[in-house]
Amino acid sequence: MTGKFMLSRRDLLKTSAAGAALGLASAAFPIRAARAAAATVGFIYVGPKDDYGYNQAHAEGAASLKGVEGISIVEEENVPETVDVQKTMESMINLDGASLIFPTSFGYFDPHMLAMCAKFPDVQFRHCGGMWNKDKHPMNAGSYFGYIGMGQYLNGVVAGHTTKSKKLGFVAAKPIPQVLLNINSFLLGARAVDPAITCQVIFTGEWSLAVKEAEATNALIDQGADVVTCHVDSPKVVVETAAGRGAFICGYHANQSPLAPEKYLTGAEWNWAKVYKMFVDDLMAGKPLPNFTRGGLADGFVKMSPLGPAVGEAARKQFDATLAEMMKGGFSVIKGPLKSNKGAVVATEGQAFVETAIELESMDYLVEGVVGSTA
Amino acid sequence: METTDIGLWGVPLAMLGGAIRVSTPFIFVSLGEAITERSGRINLGLEGTLVFGAMSAYAVAVMTGSPWLGLLAAALAGLCFGLFHGWICKFPKVNDIAIGIALMLFGTGLAFFFGKPFIQPSAPDLPAIPFGAWSDIPQVQAALNVNVLFLIGGALAVFLWWAFRNTHIGLIVRVVGDSADAARAMGLNPNTVRLLATGVGGALAGIGGAYLSLYYPGSWTERISSGQGLMAVALVIFARWNPLGCFAAALLFGGAGALGPALQSVGVTQGYYLFYAAPYILTLIIMIATSSPSRTLAGAPGELSITK
Repeated sequence: MTGKFMLSRRDLLKTSAAGAALGLASAAFPIRAARAAAATVGFIYVGPKDDYGYNQAHAEGAASLKGVEGISIVEEENVPETVDVQKTMESMINLDGASLIFPTSFGYFDPHMLAMCAKFPDVQFRHCGGMWNKDKHPMNAGSYFGYIGMGQYLNGVVAGHTTKSKKLGFVAAKPIPQVLLNINSFLLGARAVDPAITCQVIFTGEWSLAVKEAEATNALIDQGADVVTCHVDSPKVVVETAAGRGAFICGYHANQSPLAPEKYLTGAEWNWAKVYKMFVDDLMAGKPLPNFTRGGLADGFVKMSPLGPAVGEAARKQFDATLAEMMKGGFSVIKGPLKSNKGAVVATEGQAFVETAIELESMDYLVEGVVGSTA
Repeated sequence: METTDIGLWGVPLAMLGGAIRVSTPFIFVSLGEAITERSGRINLGLEGTLVFGAMSAYAVAVMTGSPWLGLLAAALAGLCFGLFHGWICKFPKVNDIAIGIALMLFGTGLAFFFGKPFIQPSAPDLPAIPFGAWSDIPQVQAALNVNVLFLIGGALAVFLWWAFRNTHIGLIVRVVGDSADAARAMGLNPNTVRLLATGVGGALAGIGGAYLSLYYPGSWTERISSGQGLMAVALVIFARWNPLGCFAAALLFGGAGALGPALQSVGVTQGYYLFYAAPYILTLIIMIATSSPSRTLAGAPGELSITK
């Protein structure tokens, strides 16, 4: 019975003759037909899944599926963005019978995931990022991603109320558009509280370099920053170093408050549980999976860590008010008049970019008030 | 939090602080490797030993609540790795470099395997001595918060430098490293000496790893090392197998590594990738400036497989 159910679902995804596929597939995949689970979903992480960061956020999303009827989960962590990930995907498909795979790291997409899409046209692949394009890429591939910039804006609001030195610090990995948007949002959130606030950014050049992240955090605090946030794969080192120096922290990716309960203000977190549940529900219902999925705070793709004990009453109020405003939809972080820190106009009076605006995806500037350079 | 605006003074201060904070793993691994190489073997596996040391130190510190027991565990684990390398290499036709690479992968893999449950919990840190207490400036206090391991590393460098020249054991290690035949003629067993030298070298590398996980950056993750173990092996050649040179080279590396973040923090933001490359460019320049096509590297032990 289960076998039949699986195959008919797969046939929906295929456009070729259903009957032939049914006969062929049950002959070719006797092991899969015998499996009790209705579907197996594979998750691949580039780092350890308990890194207090990017990978943990995905692993928490995967873990939330474990109670779903008829779904079984396979996971592999520390998979490099090389041909290794192709081997991992092949083994998930051939040995575990995975019919939906989430390769969660940016570099998995091209050429690795695309190669597997061509090799296993029956299997669905959804990549975390925004790279899928319907003109260029196969229909069994797809992208999902969240807009987390507004989370960093809310971080900024709380940071703006908390800072005494009026200097914030940001430890960033690489100057790519998404990171730049986070830095800009963090500062603009703080400037919504006090327009005199500045934010110093240090780029480490890599997604994960523990010692350099610690050095960068120390250098920021040496220069007077008293609230620090970051955009690196694992914020653990930044959080612990900053807390050790007595600075406050806004988190990123996942909830880092257990690392520094007194100093942790709030944090912008991914809520992949919601996204993965959505995909799995479609899968179980036999519906075609969306190829391109995105959302922000209002869509539940992103959430905020609970406010920490150091957050004052005024900060709490403005945080709640801003969040309520964002939940209505249509909130713009980047709105005119706004200049870059090199003096160029990035938004004129009356111009506003909502989080879905395509212009934001090619962001190459830091706004006025951010001390730092994109190159 | 009290803050004082120190402006551009932040750069030299960060380099001083960075030299002290970042250099310690380099010091221990390079001193360990100096002992091993002085005895005529190269142990490239110290990167693996460093990572395993970091993991075992963190794990033991979490379980017992004592960072010192963690340190001891790291040293013992490093000793085992070193002895294993030394033992395998005594067999004929075994290449010490190949074994080193194998042990590097083995050490990191094993550390990842056993380290899984210890990524989340927090371990107590090794203590630091506040040499900056005289200053009212918090930045100076932070930069001069010197970990005891750094001081031990400095003392160890001086001791080894003295011991290689002036003690019987130092002489034995050097003889074995320069000429196995001469050592045998003296009635020494080169394999035993090298076994012990590699063991001690491994133990020191393990301590270097403990510093990473128990003090700076002070947590265990699978990406705790960014190649410190490998760079330290290169530093030994850079330092011409001289323990004092190892110490100086490690300081230079730490200070140069702090340059990039420090310059960005004072607003020099252009070309930070170039500043990050500073330690490596520095190494290259000194290596080129001091090398010669007509002679082997000064101070190189004669039995090393790279000089033979």
